[in-house]
Amino acid sequence: MSSNSAPKISKDKIQQLEGLAREARVKVIEIISHAGSGHPAGSLGMADIFVALYFEILKFQPNNPTWKNRDYLFLSNGHICPILYAVLNMTGFFPAIELNTLRKINSRLQGHPHYGSLPGVENTSGPLGQGISQAAGLALALKRDKKKNRVFCIMSDGEQQEGQVWETYQFINKYQLDNLTCVIDRNFIQIEGNTEKIMPLENLQEKIKSFGLKTYQINGHDFVEIIAIIKKAVNDNLPSVIIANTIPGKGVSFMENKSEWHGKAPNSEETVLALNELSTTK
Amino acid sequence: MNQNIFTSETAATRDGFGVGLVEVAQQDGKVFALCADLTESMRLDKFEQLFPNRFVQMGVAEQNMIGVAAGLALAGKTPFATSFAVFSPGRTLDQIRVSIAYSNLNVKIVGGHAGLSTGPDGATHQALEDIALMRTLPNMTVICPSDAQQAREATIALANHQGPAYLRLSRPKYPILKHQKPFKIGEAEILKEGNDLTLISCGDAIHDCLLATTALEKMKISAQVINLHTIKPIDKKALVQAANKTKRLITVEDHQVAGGLGSAVAEVLLPEINQSVTNELKFLMIGVGDAFGESGEESELKKKYKVDVQTIVINAKNLLISY
Repeated sequence: MSSNSAPKISKDKIQQLEGLAREARVKVIEIISHAGSGHPAGSLGMADIFVALYFEILKFQPNNPTWKNRDYLFLSNGHICPILYAVLNMTGFFPAIELNTLRKINSRLQGHPHYGSLPGVENTSGPLGQGISQAAGLALALKRDKKKNRVFCIMSDGEQQEGQVWETYQFINKYQLDNLTCVIDRNFIQIEGNTEKIMPLENLQEKIKSFGLKTYQINGHDFVEIIAIIKKAVNDNLPSVIIANTIPGKGVSFMENKSEWHGKAPNSEETVLALNELSTTK
Repeated sequence: MNQNIFTSETAATRDGFGVGLVEVAQQDGKVFALCADLTESMRLDKFEQLFPNRFVQMGVAEQNMIGVAAGLALAGKTPFATSFAVFSPGRTLDQIRVSIAYSNLNVKIVGGHAGLSTGPDGATHQALEDIALMRTLPNMTVICPSDAQQAREATIALANHQGPAYLRLSRPKYPILKHQKPFKIGEAEILKEGNDLTLISCGDAIHDCLLATTALEKMKISAQVINLHTIKPIDKKALVQAANKTKRLITVEDHQVAGGLGSAVAEVLLPEINQSVTNELKFLMIGVGDAFGESGEESELKKKYKVDVQTIVINAKNLLISY
């Protein structure tokens, strides 16, 4: 496929993906509500990108999670694991009955993802800045072994405040890790409020570009754009970072763009409201 | 007596590491070496030359180095991530804890220039807490070899051992020791037999223990020396045997007393008193006592911070008199 031929995606396909994203958001609300704690805003905001990756981009075999030709998705901002768990369930890595064990004792669904606990979870993360280093190490090994697998790494925007992230950008550039595609959830919120107030990140794209990486910006809720740009980043064969502009809490109006929903579970009334909204939105 | 233990050849543990890593890398294509701008200091020059495709220069970025090592391990490699111990594990505890130990990945963390023996560089560069940091992490193996030959063997053993490990190395050259048996992870070694007391140590401090036994012999005190090169998993059986045999134990380390080798020995022996261990046990710990080091020559620092031969001798004598 040439890099400039944008793949056509049918309207039916888009509708199907939107339906899957809605289903994923419902699961996110249900499991965080059941757990009584967790991080809904980023999980909802990244639902479209996770659905696009797991249903359109990544190569994997749910029945054979360590398949040697698979693509890897590393989650660096581990706190949004509810959306990862939702999509891993929807693609068949583990049964739905386990979803409600999130954050409970003896569960494979840890509060932050743990490598080795749950099939499909490729890395351990939680403390920010670590997943991208792990992804870079894996990408380096695959590149030196001349293997074709792709590595994707999801990060948050607040995470860009960690120095380790910039150590890794230097490294990705030096070793030209063209098999690695990073996606930053640019939702402008972190625990205490707006990222630009807590510790300004702008101009984020220019900063990353100046580290020698190919950068893209996308609307993180537009499937046509998400899929086209991720595929372009993959086919361009350059180490790349995609800044995905998203709405934190997307799909649940009272959560949207509110930093207080970064790390708080909805109570039972809020859960009903949220689920009603998700079931009626088109 | 001691002439039988010391050979005439001297080298640093880091030298043995460099030799061992090249040796094992020749056999095993999975072995990688990562370095944070300290290739020569960590004795990786030859590795880089022979295996450029398995050498990774990280620059001065230790946190990323640990994450990259985790990623390499996830791809089935056996990475040795090296730096000075003050930087890694000193700076990289969180990355080691989460990206390596919790995931139980096959990464070897190598901390060089550990201890007061780093000398003139001063306190910032003298790692005195690395054993404590590493041995509190689940899944982690912790090894501090007594001499270059043992460092070589330990490196090869670690490459063939599945799981996270920390290898503590140091800068000064010491005589290579004649060992009683080949190195085996988790098996302490009695370097010298004795009846009145046991000195338990690791790394360069072993040499001070051996020298102390010579001085003690002149006072008709027969001291044995245990090389506890593996601090975790600890060889409880060997320690219990020594406790019951000599009834007086002294641990010696170029490290903080808090949380180090001595603490590890105390943790396994003290709960056993009146059970598998005699209630006559007398126990003393020699190490750095809640202080930072400073610039100076190794011998001056060991004397000032009381981890030298004389301190061992005085404490041994007092322990026997008070008994």
